[in-house]
Amino acid sequence: MSALLKVDDVTVSFDGFRALDHLTLTLEAGELRCLVGPNGAGKTTLQDVITGKTRPTSGKVHFDGRDITRLPEHVIVGLGVGRKFQRPTVFPGHTVFENLELSLHGSKAVTRNLFARLTAEERQAIDGTLDLIGLSDLRAKAAGLLSHGQKQWLEIGMLLVQQPKLLLVDEPVAGMTQAEIERTAEILASLAGKHTVVVVEHDMDFVRSIARTVTVLHEGRVLAEGPMKDVQADPQVIEVYLGA
Amino acid sequence: MTPALARLRAWLGPHLNTGIIAILCVIVSIVVPICNAVVPESSALHVPDFFVTVIGKLTCYAIVAVAMDLVWGYAGILSLCHALFFALGGYAMGMYLMRSIGKQGMYASDLPDFMVFLDWKELPWYWYGFDHFWFAALMALLVPGVIAYVFGFFAFRSRIGGVYFSIVTQALTFAAMLLFFRNATGFGGNNGLTDFKRILGYPLREPSTRAVLCALAGAGLALAYALCRAVVGSRAGRVLTAMRDVEPKVRFCGYDTVRYKLFAWTLSAVLCGFAGALYVPQVGIINPSEMQPSSSVEIAIWVAVGGRGTLAGAAIGALLVNGLKSWLTAAFPAAWLYVLGTLFVVVTLAMPGGIMQLIGMGPRAWNVLSRFRTPGVKVDASVVGSPSSAPPPAVTLVDDKASSASAGGAAGS
Ligand SMILES: Nc1ncnc2c1ncn2[C@@H]1O[C@H](COP(=O)(O)OP(=O)(O)OP(=O)(O)O)[C@@H](O)[C@H]1O
Ligand SMILES: [Mg+2]
Repeated sequence: MSALLKVDDVTVSFDGFRALDHLTLTLEAGELRCLVGPNGAGKTTLQDVITGKTRPTSGKVHFDGRDITRLPEHVIVGLGVGRKFQRPTVFPGHTVFENLELSLHGSKAVTRNLFARLTAEERQAIDGTLDLIGLSDLRAKAAGLLSHGQKQWLEIGMLLVQQPKLLLVDEPVAGMTQAEIERTAEILASLAGKHTVVVVEHDMDFVRSIARTVTVLHEGRVLAEGPMKDVQADPQVIEVYLGA
Repeated sequence: MTPALARLRAWLGPHLNTGIIAILCVIVSIVVPICNAVVPESSALHVPDFFVTVIGKLTCYAIVAVAMDLVWGYAGILSLCHALFFALGGYAMGMYLMRSIGKQGMYASDLPDFMVFLDWKELPWYWYGFDHFWFAALMALLVPGVIAYVFGFFAFRSRIGGVYFSIVTQALTFAAMLLFFRNATGFGGNNGLTDFKRILGYPLREPSTRAVLCALAGAGLALAYALCRAVVGSRAGRVLTAMRDVEPKVRFCGYDTVRYKLFAWTLSAVLCGFAGALYVPQVGIINPSEMQPSSSVEIAIWVAVGGRGTLAGAAIGALLVNGLKSWLTAAFPAAWLYVLGTLFVVVTLAMPGGIMQLIGMGPRAWNVLSRFRTPGVKVDASVVGSPSSAPPPAVTLVDDKASSASAGGAAGS
């Protein structure tokens, strides 16, 4: 048993409305999991709970053997949970390079960062990531001026330099061209094994191209879980999607 | 622009702000005192005594403005109680100056005059230690620092931000003003502390003492600027600006934003206390009216006029707005508040980057953001990660074509 993440019977209610309803989910280390479901199924809320942005009404979240249910966001990040938001979120006034610098794995204390200098290794890590996400030539450009797809990649790059054990990626290919989508699939697939990755995505071609296991959420509950083929054939899943 | 000029400008770019402050500081700490004390009065270059004090006073305001820019321009925290921190520093120094009057007060008592007047028999405990200059100087930094830290700790931890934070800071300075107005509080009530005689044994009336104080204010501005420049140039400074733009994301990069805010906030308050301590010996009085809510609003206006997020712009704004104020309140006393209000509205609407942007020296971040702040494009932190107000179209697991189309739709939402 090497469960990296255990979401145990978690309920989140917003004024009585249950965005997550007694949801239980287990992730093994090194897994690449796709999370699908219609709008409002609770996919983003689940990531909010795991990262400490939203506190569950009941239930527990364990990461790497630790109870992280009530920890603040930055502590959870420090334990090794990285996140890419649904809307691409980068620091618009900073350059691409600085965006990556701020995301680097390492000490996040004020006193350290007042005197921090980039080490050769850190610089290498940033350069390598810039190559990987194809933004090397734009390193000095302000991130706010990037195109939508470039921002998506920058945000994925920011996740990579953070070296998290668990990556939560919300809709990474929204707004990307077909070529960009394929490249993103490659990057994410190459991460599995070393990292544990959870991808939320609406683009089914994309999900099919990377997924090994798919979890379908519906109205805050797990509707189906398993290999893509089985899930797609599940009558309940078809019903929910056609009914939506 | 010729290539040589362009190259010169590129090289100068990052140093221009520092250059402006350096020139200012040389003028305030060297040129003005020398032209006052050394150049004979008959010379056209002579600087009159009253002018030395005006310059020294404005320089103290410039320090406050630089401190304000650190929290507002860089960390995005709009403080409307910086005049309180300034006044607290001023009071600490004022207490020393009161104690150093000795028995030369009106009542020839060992106690400050206002205490004799109130019929107090002994010094309240919180006046102990202020006989010593070093103690008062320390308190001028420590008291605003500690108050800012404690206040900031609770406010930032409860995630009070934006306009709510600004309103709470107004309440704080207002409450402090009411407290200081009371005679029983022990700081001279509405008259405050005044009638100072000497500092460290030097008579405050002497022009030479005034010239030295002015020079010190210039050095203080240099110090405050250097400190703030070092902070904003560090990685911690980049965290501050990142927090100003998209705070939730900074947390998800692993930073404890409460600590970063507290750091900038407390440092800024300490610098204000420092400025207040330099200010009071020059103007010879400190009273609770300095804590008026409107004083703090004025500080924000100086910074807005000069240009946020440049440090040097804040100093320039403080000098220009206060210069204008000195002139207008003498020439057209009734007009000042209207002018100030108009200035603020015009700057906010027409030139959000202030004077610095007008002269092409706005901060990089500002240039980007102003281009960014076109209608429909938001960089507002509040939207990050929250459920989208306009949800992307429904998706079908079965129909692949529709799903890729909706992915494009989601991007636009
Ligand atoms: N802070 C909140 N307050 C109230 N309701 C919320 C809040 N956050 C989410 N919800 C609701 O919870 C439900 C689940 O939202 P969530 O964002 O998790 O869905 P999702 O699966 O990510 O959908 P999408 O595919 O549109 O991104 C939605 O009905 C949403 O309106
Ligand atoms: Mg979502």
